[in-house]
Amino acid sequence: MNGTPLIRAENLGRVITGEVPATLITGADLAVAPGTFLAITGPSGSGKSSLLYLLGLLDLPTTGEVYVEGRATSRLPEDARAAIRLEKLGFVFQFHFLLPEFTALENVLLPMRALGRLTGAAMEARGLALLGSLGLEAHARKRPDQLSGGQRQRVAIARALANDPAVLLADEPTGNLDTHSTEQVFAILRRLVDAEKRAVVIVTHDLALAARADRQVRVVDGRIVDEAGQA
Amino acid sequence: MSARLGLAVSIALTHVRSRARQTLVGVLGVATGVGFSVMMAALMEGSQRDFITQLVDALPHILVSDERRHPSPQPAEEAYDAAAIQGLTTKAIRPGIKNPFAMMSAISGWVDGAVAPSVQAKAVVRFAGRDRTASVIGIDPKREGEVSKLPTQIRQGTLADLYRASNAIILGDGLAGKIGARVGNVVSVTGGTGQVLLCTVVAFSHTGVASADDSQAYVLVKTAQILAGQTGLVNEIRVKAQDVMAAREIAARIEAETGYKSVSWQEAHEDLLSAFEIRNLIMYMVVGAILLVASFGTYNIISTITHEKTRDIAIMKSLGLTERLVRTIFVLEGLVIGLIGTALGFALGLGLSLAMGQVAIKSPFMDATHLPIYYSPLHYALAGAVALSASLVAAYLPARKAASLQPVDIIRGAS
Repeated sequence: MNGTPLIRAENLGRVITGEVPATLITGADLAVAPGTFLAITGPSGSGKSSLLYLLGLLDLPTTGEVYVEGRATSRLPEDARAAIRLEKLGFVFQFHFLLPEFTALENVLLPMRALGRLTGAAMEARGLALLGSLGLEAHARKRPDQLSGGQRQRVAIARALANDPAVLLADEPTGNLDTHSTEQVFAILRRLVDAEKRAVVIVTHDLALAARADRQVRVVDGRIVDEAGQA
Repeated sequence: MSARLGLAVSIALTHVRSRARQTLVGVLGVATGVGFSVMMAALMEGSQRDFITQLVDALPHILVSDERRHPSPQPAEEAYDAAAIQGLTTKAIRPGIKNPFAMMSAISGWVDGAVAPSVQAKAVVRFAGRDRTASVIGIDPKREGEVSKLPTQIRQGTLADLYRASNAIILGDGLAGKIGARVGNVVSVTGGTGQVLLCTVVAFSHTGVASADDSQAYVLVKTAQILAGQTGLVNEIRVKAQDVMAAREIAARIEAETGYKSVSWQEAHEDLLSAFEIRNLIMYMVVGAILLVASFGTYNIISTITHEKTRDIAIMKSLGLTERLVRTIFVLEGLVIGLIGTALGFALGLGLSLAMGQVAIKSPFMDATHLPIYYSPLHYALAGAVALSASLVAAYLPARKAASLQPVDIIRGAS
């Protein structure tokens, strides 16, 4: 493991109460260091996506704690957690989740505009550069419905990288893509780790893809049962 | 504009643009509400002001009469602590105002306006075998024009024609019609004391109010005094104030200084003015209801958009947009609908008001006229403020609900 963890989970648990109580995650300990490509695998319903959402501050743990760059997050107000998501974490989902009325560039600009650190011109330049780096320079002004599945997912990756996050969290990012697009997306993620020293955490069913990550954790029935690989 | 607000505005505008039909329905709802509210307010206030103007113009602003609000104290009441008086009868003839011309001079000294005397007498006007009871009003033609619109209501002659003949009379045109008298005819006028005068008809008056035109006639003060059988009698002093709304205070001062009953137009029509207040309350309630119904449309549209945009809301929040920013987006959408609707509503309201102003109305009691419309920026400001507030509240409620969505719940469902 390289350096101080960007994200560290400690005895993490998530229980859903209600008519049908369910334990999604229990006793999870995990650390993600810079320059790590971590794959979370497991059968359907095992809790791997729930673990990712907890690591990405999209959900609150019922027990344990998630530290982002050493800062405990579970007791922070929602706006503070949103600020951490905006600035330090990037998300890619199985479905691209692009805003349909906006162009690829406008989708990429959205997190930058929400953060408000750059000028309009600087945002646009960075957005175009990000899309260019993912081979989408010709598609910047197109709306999602004018793009292929692979192109949409690459726009989603560009959007996730908009605010230059240290960690990219991806939930089945290739789940809906053909083999060629899957390879393209994987190569991009690999480059983020190798060339830019970001941490990438993906949830995937694809064991072959997971095998190409630096580390793998396997989740079964809400528990991390196995960890393999070394960064 | 900050980058965040700019982002909220651009997302809001994109949403309302991409739902053109829904937006149009919402905008039309607000515009209709604002337009009809403005038109109703213009019509209601127009009719009220027109009525008051007619009321105020038709009568003097203040009428000082030879009556007292409280009966004069009897000598026995002044001499003893308790006195019982029985069988007291009032005088059969009107007492008249003492030293009326001195009083008129005194009033003229401090009232910004005009003062004129009048004599009220009851009489029977007869011509060609037909007779009618009439209120014969003795006036000073030189002063009358300063306290009433009578000079403008004279037909086939002028008020000054009263000086033309020794016993000249101006008949209400309705009255003249009923007895068949024309200008130049001599009519017989019999006063309450049996005094008969032969008067030459020199003109007709036409106030537009049928009840007045059918029963009123004007003569010189002196002629009316002869009919009343009281030489030197002046039983009313009419005052027209420059500031119509100051009539109540002026009347109170005249009464305090002279002791004579002094009635302002507001007091004379207190019941009507109270009725106007109730009418205004009803008007504001109806206008409020119209705008409230329009706001339901905005609520419905913003609710629909937030419902359709649940996934987008979740993704925006997962990217790190705060609840406040997400809420702002949808409140802005309501504001956009409200603003466009209000602007269109202003144009619609103005158009409807102009159209209503062209509608002619006829009444058996009044001359044919048009619907009175009063144009006031206040109507627009009020309707706009209520419509915008209603739109904001209507948008805020679904926006708050949408912004509080937990993104993970939506993302789990969509994955």
